[in-house]
Order: sequence, then structure tokens, then C-alpha cells
Amino acid sequence: MATSQLAAKKFRVLPGFRLTLGFTLLYLSLIVLIPLAATFWKTSTLTWGKFVHSVASPAAISAFKLSFGVSFLAAIVNLVFGLLVAWVLVRYKFFGKRIVDALVDLPFALPTAVAGITLATLYAENGWIGKWFASWNPRQSLIYHSHHFTNELSKISWLSIFHAPWHWLIVHTPNSSLHLQISYTWLGIFVALTFIGLPFVVRTVQPILEDMDVEIEEAAATLGANRLKTFRRVILPMLFSPLLTGFALAFARALGEYGSVVFISSNIPLKTQIVPLLIMSKLDQFDYSGATALAVVMLVISFLLLLGINLLQWRTTRHHTI
Amino acid sequence: MKTFLKIFAIVLALASCTQAREIKLLNVSYDPTRELYLDYNAAFTKYWKAKTGDDVKIDQSHGGSGKQAQSVIQGLEADVVTLALAYDIDAIAQQSKLLPADWQKRLPNDSTPYTSTIVFLVRKGNPKNIKDWDDLIKPNIKVVVPNPKTSGGARWAYLAAYAYALEKNSRDDAKAKEFIKALYKNVPVLDSGARGSTITFVDHGIGDVLLAWENEAHLALKEYGADKFEIVTPSLSILAEPPVAVVDKNAKRHGTTEVAQAYLQYLYSDEGQEIAARNFYRPRNEAVAKKYADNFAQLKLVTIDQEFGGWKKAQETHFADGGTFDQIYQQ
Repeated sequence: MATSQLAAKKFRVLPGFRLTLGFTLLYLSLIVLIPLAATFWKTSTLTWGKFVHSVASPAAISAFKLSFGVSFLAAIVNLVFGLLVAWVLVRYKFFGKRIVDALVDLPFALPTAVAGITLATLYAENGWIGKWFASWNPRQSLIYHSHHFTNELSKISWLSIFHAPWHWLIVHTPNSSLHLQISYTWLGIFVALTFIGLPFVVRTVQPILEDMDVEIEEAAATLGANRLKTFRRVILPMLFSPLLTGFALAFARALGEYGSVVFISSNIPLKTQIVPLLIMSKLDQFDYSGATALAVVMLVISFLLLLGINLLQWRTTRHHTI
Repeated sequence: MKTFLKIFAIVLALASCTQAREIKLLNVSYDPTRELYLDYNAAFTKYWKAKTGDDVKIDQSHGGSGKQAQSVIQGLEADVVTLALAYDIDAIAQQSKLLPADWQKRLPNDSTPYTSTIVFLVRKGNPKNIKDWDDLIKPNIKVVVPNPKTSGGARWAYLAAYAYALEKNSRDDAKAKEFIKALYKNVPVLDSGARGSTITFVDHGIGDVLLAWENEAHLALKEYGADKFEIVTPSLSILAEPPVAVVDKNAKRHGTTEVAQAYLQYLYSDEGQEIAARNFYRPRNEAVAKKYADNFAQLKLVTIDQEFGGWKKAQETHFADGGTFDQIYQQ
């Protein structure tokens, strides 16, 4: 990498560095930088006290926890299952593979509101899938365990994000059996965010996996590595960078998602209200600066997280080339 | 040369065709008025053609009332706005100065050609026996209503409940707050708009009662069948007054001031009032109201001006940040 960059500085086959850089900057300014700067500028009209009041209100804090927590979980799930899907699509031949491959992109194309309504219908207590979970009736011992588990959870402060939603998810019916409600709980939000984030990991991992020769695995096997070791020491390091990229994209996408979540979440303040919804409700009350204040906090945290992920990626790729 | 003349003649003919003016009008409205204005636009187009010979094509835009006001402020070129509450049109007047602050005085009945109210939609046979607002705060009742911060209809519903509680508790504000708190504790889902709540209640089977616009409730009956739901009219509700206004500066720029004014005035005509009544909006015209009396149950209706001192005050006390609605969810 480093040597090729050095060579590029001396001589380029194709001209046009200034032109393309100029266009890049203009393009980024019009599409990204100026709108973002406007957000910061609008926020700066607030006094410090008002800013803190908008972004540190109990409703805002609970929304931040929910948005970041559930987006993170959804991205983790997409990381694992995205890798699996990519693996299946690259390594195996089966009937209808093209169709499955095309299906992966569907969450990109479908209007998110449609996705939200469809998911909410399916996962509602009278829906096809939701019905199944609603009648879920585990043994008595599990009730005790989950109670115990919840109590344990509540002791650990950093896990408190998931503490309240956990209570919310376990609904006690009169005959004291559990049932799992998905639509209109944080689980519903989780389902929606997993859905919209699905393509990212698959599409970032797939091309790398396609370039990876099966011989490498065979070589590892002949050198005495067992299956787990081959996966852990040979395949995973090569996929680390695309996996991280896919994860970051899915996570970022989930943070900003609004359309599908409002339909599947119950949107109760302090319980199931995500940050984008809070921003929308501020806008509906013509509180523009309050809305941009929330957006700025969201942007800064997201930027730091993405920066961190990029740094991590940069370190590992550099580590690999040396 | 001859062909050139021919082409010239054709172009001239085409140009003179478009001379028979086709006027475009954009009506920016809120969610549940879709069907009403579909009917009304057809009637008005006919009326205007007969009166002036001009064709008028009316475009409709629907969405949450607050969001629609938002769009107009941001530059959506509405000639007229027909929104869920005066507060939203006030916001347009205040923030964008596209129309004067006293817009509400320009048409009869505070610029509200039709009214509506909030009623209950329950499942067939009324299994939980819901009769009035008191029944909604019972522990095993689930109430579906949108978030008043994002939905105009939900604000009317909130105020209707509040007005009932005030009346019932001899105007004790603390007791009314308690009532409203108990009511919203029974709300499992707060959708962002009226249509969302209808979907939650009707399609997803959530809740025992939906607090809905009267016309939405009738529409739900019509669409999903009277064998699934029924309407319960509480003893008291609020007189919801969805106002209309010409957006002066936009209309002036488009040269549509005259037709825009006529469009709103015609809502007060006998035909306009009948169309409103047929779409389950309560007409202002006494004669039309009498004719369609069967559509509308009798109940005590209070107005926002009497009960809450107008929108501005109601907004500040109840729906602004830290208002009574926010207090419900604070421990």
C-alpha cells in the first residue's frame, strides 16, 4: 500500500488530480458539509443552558440510550448473520442462489415506512410471526430465572440501557405465564433496524470472500490447523476489515432510521422513543433549534464512533501489510 | 415556405388552446380530509367552470397537520391551507409571514366551515362496555391514541379528555391532571398520526378503544365493515374546529388569489356543506345539519376558547416541552 502511494506521487498514468479533487470537494460541500454546518449553526443560536436542557432532558437521554443501544445490537446481529449469508452466497452453489442474492438488497429498495408497517403487522400479537411468540409459554423455572436475571442486570449500571426495556418486554398475563411481545416494544425496533441494516455486512464481505482462494484454507488444513483454527486464524483476520466496515455502515444506518421504526415502536416517552422521533416531534412544535441540538449530539457521537472504527481498521490493515 | 407557414399555424393553434386558462391550485391539508376534498374538488371544479369558463385543477397534499404547516413554512407553494387546528396556521403566519396574523377573522365562523369532534371506536359488541371517558381509566382498558405532540387530532382528543375531567371534578385542575395521567397510562402505543393509530387499532388488533376523529371513525366503519367495530359517543367532547385560509403571498405570486378565495368560500355554500356532511364533518349550515342529523350523535361540545382560553394558551400549558403532557411520563 505505502509503496504504491509513493509511486503514485511521482508519476500518474491518468491526469486530472486537481479537477477531480476540486469536484470532490464541491460535491461533498453541497451534499454533506454545508447541510451539516447549517445544523451546527442553527444549534449555536441556543444558549448553553437551553442546549443542555434540550439534550439532557430525561426523554432525550432515554432516547439516546435506546437509539444507540438497539442500533448497536442490530448491527452486531447483522455482523454475524451477514457474514453467514455472504459465506453461503460465495462458497456454495444451490438452486435459486441468484434470487437469494437479489433478496439481500431488498431492504435498500423498499420504502422504510412500508417495511415498518409490514414488520409491525407480522410481529404484532395477532400477526403470523408475532402470534407464535405471543403464545410462547416456557416452564415455571424460566420465570424465576428471568426475574433473577433481570435483577442481576439492574445491578450492573452500564447494562441499565437494557434494564427497562427488559421489563417492558416481559408482560405478565393473569395466569402468570410469560409472553413475548415484539411489535410495539424495543424488540420491534430491533427487528426493524436489523432489517434495514442487513445488506451492509453481506455486501462488504462478499467481494473479499470471492477473492479469497479456497487453497488458503486447504493449506491451513494441511499445515495441521483444525477447522476452528482455520476460521479464527486464517479467514477471520482477512475479513476483519470488511466486517468492521459493514458493521459501521449498518450501525450508522440504524441510528438515523426513522420511517420503519415509528410504525413498529409504541413510541412511549422514556420507553420506546428513538432520537429521530424526538427530533421530529420537536420540529412539529416548531422548535427548530431544539431539534438541531439533538441532531448535533447524535452527529458528534456517531462521528466519534465511526472515527474510532476507522482508526481500528487502519491499525489492523497496517499491521497486516507490514 | 409553405410548410413553415403550416407549422406556424399549428403552433398558433396550440398556443390559443392553452389560452383557455387552466388554473392550478394546491390545497395543503391534514390526514383525514383526503376523501372530503376529493369530493369537494370535483364539485368546485364544476362550479368554477360554469361560473368563469376556466378549468381549475386542484392538487392535494396530505400529512400530519404540524408537518404540513412545517412544509409550507419551508417553502411548499400552497395556495390554500386546510389544517387540523388554528395553531398550525398561526405558526405559518408567524414564522413565514405568508398571511396576516388575523387570518382567522376573514371567513365566517372563525374560518372554520365545518367542525368535527372526538369519539370512541370500540370493537363490535363493545366487549369492555365502554360508555364514557371514565371507563377509559379503568385498569384493564387499553386506549389507542396518537401522540399529541405530533398529531393535531390527538391534541383535540387530549383536550376533550381534559375538558371532561374538569367538568366532572368541578374544574379542579389537579384532579384533571390525575385523570389524564391515568388515561395515558392505559395507552400502549402512541403513533405519530391519526392514520397510524387507526392501523394499530384496526389491523394489528391492539387496544380496546381508539380515540378518533368522528369522520375517521365513520370511515373506519365504512371501510372495515360495521360488523367489526362500533362508535361510542361520550357524554362530552370537544368541538374540533379545523380552519381554512388562503396563503396570501403564494396565491398572489401564482395569480390565484381570486380562485383560492372562491375555493374556500364555496365550502360555506349549500353544496359545500352537504359534501362536508356526507363525509361526516359537522356542517355549520343549520339546514344542512338538520338534513344530516342522523350522521351526528348529540353530545355536549365545549370549545377550546371557552375551556382552555384559545390555542396559544392550550399549547403552552399542555403540549410544549415540560407541559402537562410531558409531566405524565415523568416519575
